[in-house]
Amino acid sequence: MNESRFKRMKDLPSTHLLGTGTPMCSGCGGLEALHEIYDILGPNTVFVNAAGCMTLLAVYPFTPFRGSWLYTAMASAPAGAQGIRDALDILIEQQRLPVAEDLQVVVLTGDGAAYGMGLSSTSGAMERDLDFIYICYDNEGYGNTGQQFSGATPHAARTATSKGPHGFAGYKKDLFSIWAAHKPAYVATVIGAEPLDLARKVEKAMQLKGPRLIIALAPCPTGWDYDPRESADIGKLAVSTGVWPLKEYVDGKVLHTKVPKQRQPVEVYLEKQGRFAHLFQPQRNEQLLQELQNSVDSYWAEVEH
Amino acid sequence: MTRTLLTGNAAAAWGARLASVDYVPAFPITPQTEIIETLAAWLDRGEIPGRMVMLESEHSMITAAGAAATSGVRVFTATSSQGLLYGMEMVYTVAGWRAPFVMVNVSRGLATPLTLEPDHTDIMAARDSGFLQIHCASCQEVLDSVLIAYRLAEDQRVRLPVIVNLDGFYLSFTREPVEIPELESISRFLPPFDAQSTRFSASAPTSQAVAVLSGTPYSYFRYECHLAALNAISVYDEAAAAFADVFGRRHDAVEAYRCEDADIVFVMIGSFASKARDAVDRLRDAGQAVGLVRPRLLRPFPAEHLQRLLTGKRGVAVVDQNISMGMGGVLHSELSSALYGKPGAPAVLLSFIGGLGGRDITPEEFYEIAAVTRQAIEDGVVPPPRLLYTRDEIREVTKLQAIAHAERNELESGQ
Repeated sequence: MNESRFKRMKDLPSTHLLGTGTPMCSGCGGLEALHEIYDILGPNTVFVNAAGCMTLLAVYPFTPFRGSWLYTAMASAPAGAQGIRDALDILIEQQRLPVAEDLQVVVLTGDGAAYGMGLSSTSGAMERDLDFIYICYDNEGYGNTGQQFSGATPHAARTATSKGPHGFAGYKKDLFSIWAAHKPAYVATVIGAEPLDLARKVEKAMQLKGPRLIIALAPCPTGWDYDPRESADIGKLAVSTGVWPLKEYVDGKVLHTKVPKQRQPVEVYLEKQGRFAHLFQPQRNEQLLQELQNSVDSYWAEVEH
Repeated sequence: MTRTLLTGNAAAAWGARLASVDYVPAFPITPQTEIIETLAAWLDRGEIPGRMVMLESEHSMITAAGAAATSGVRVFTATSSQGLLYGMEMVYTVAGWRAPFVMVNVSRGLATPLTLEPDHTDIMAARDSGFLQIHCASCQEVLDSVLIAYRLAEDQRVRLPVIVNLDGFYLSFTREPVEIPELESISRFLPPFDAQSTRFSASAPTSQAVAVLSGTPYSYFRYECHLAALNAISVYDEAAAAFADVFGRRHDAVEAYRCEDADIVFVMIGSFASKARDAVDRLRDAGQAVGLVRPRLLRPFPAEHLQRLLTGKRGVAVVDQNISMGMGGVLHSELSSALYGKPGAPAVLLSFIGGLGGRDITPEEFYEIAAVTRQAIEDGVVPPPRLLYTRDEIREVTKLQAIAHAERNELESGQ
């Protein structure tokens, strides 16, 4: 693997490719990550989208993308990527398309598709060793429909369908491991609030062939209930509290790319978000807070072991 | 030209082979599987160029098919019944993409109850999707229709996907002599796929299938799709004429058999129409002026062709091999709407449902259908739709139930 060209923040691209004026909510952590990812990927891409918030990026007759776009359906964006990749390969092979016209095929879905409905088609694409990049913006719920809980929702979070005193009873699915179990070329977690780490991972993904899948935790002011200006801070806290481990899977190994030296308590991340307000008011739910802290601690105990 | 014994499935594969398809996204399902196995064997042996990919579901298969077609390659795929329904979201979706590819559907009854044998309720579920539909009654027609379907799909006035439908078992697994055209002759009928601007490349970025936010652009695109489908009627007629010129076989949008002087006409689609055809001959032998009309093209609906053929007839009996629950036969209601209020329309239009899940329709039933239709003409009263079923069949089912009850009683009594 070559040395990264992104050593310092000032190495990051200073001009941005994705157009402005999209219908995404202000402070959208998914859009922040997509901006950063797109700057590295460049315009020679075709985004294959599944139903979710970002479906509304391209609304007839406008698009913020310099490159191409195909909306598919909620469950089958990876299959759309398969069709385009295969078609491009066939056209190049038959010399009906010059190699210079080739495109990077990029699936773009939310967590609803990635963790649930689209998991079968993603699994199939990996099993077929499809040469593509998958970007999941994970805002931990069915955001576009008003933040009902999904397979990505963390334990205890209040959502539109888990409004009880203990929030969501389930646990966030470990999609990173599910993807990695397929032994694809690359899997990574990223977050827009850590742009250097993100840029290096997208850069690495682009240098590889085969299935390369990236989950971007996407702080969501609308769904997580906080002021949009807090998005970057909440993103940084997700990393510094250890809630969102930044890691990558490559060559059969998982490597943590940014291990917080002194992890902050999880509650500093939780207390900033209305979706966890019931853990603090009307009184502190010590038991649940401890449970959430323990689950983060035990994760890192395994890592640091 | 060579004449070979081929199953309907093999004929479908030959159609794809002769169309020199670039790409075959696939998923197995009975009774379609032989089609993709045949293509896979040819590809494995290097007998044909192209690429096949096995998806993990029909939903993904149709997505990949549409995505590849909108990327500029010629695509072929095949499915059946439950598979068609599993992929139904994408059937509608890729039609809206205006993705011009061909999908063979081997008709099979839908669950529940689960069955492998044929009827048309599966394909009727795709009726309103934007896919065009060609229905076959012979293995030769299957091969020829695949070629016609590509010409229709890729025509710039149409640009829609096309389903070629054949009946499971009756055609899929039945060998008939089929004339396989020489590959060299195909280009005289089917030019290479010209994707024009609908494709993806670095220097010409394209956004396809983007969302709309109101009824105005939505209606615009839906109407465009509908108007393109309507264009396909005359484009089909042209294609059928061109096909006859090159290959000497006519496959009109609607086939009429012994209709000119008929006073009663059967209307049916698919291979079971061959049973009606045989009954027509026997009824003719008995001095009855009966004919058969078989729409090959079901979408777009060839309303004018049907009006032309049925004007002046006294009675029409539609035999639907499908059932719309709580309504009845789909073809009957479509034909009614095409004929209603038209001068010279037949006075009586009767509905019969039969052949569900591969149930036979016997010659005697066709004679009965003709007799009931003649009676309706004389009385001027149209009887209610009739579900074809015999006393023997009721007896058979009752017997099965009795056996099951007896078995259970035995088990429960511990004998």
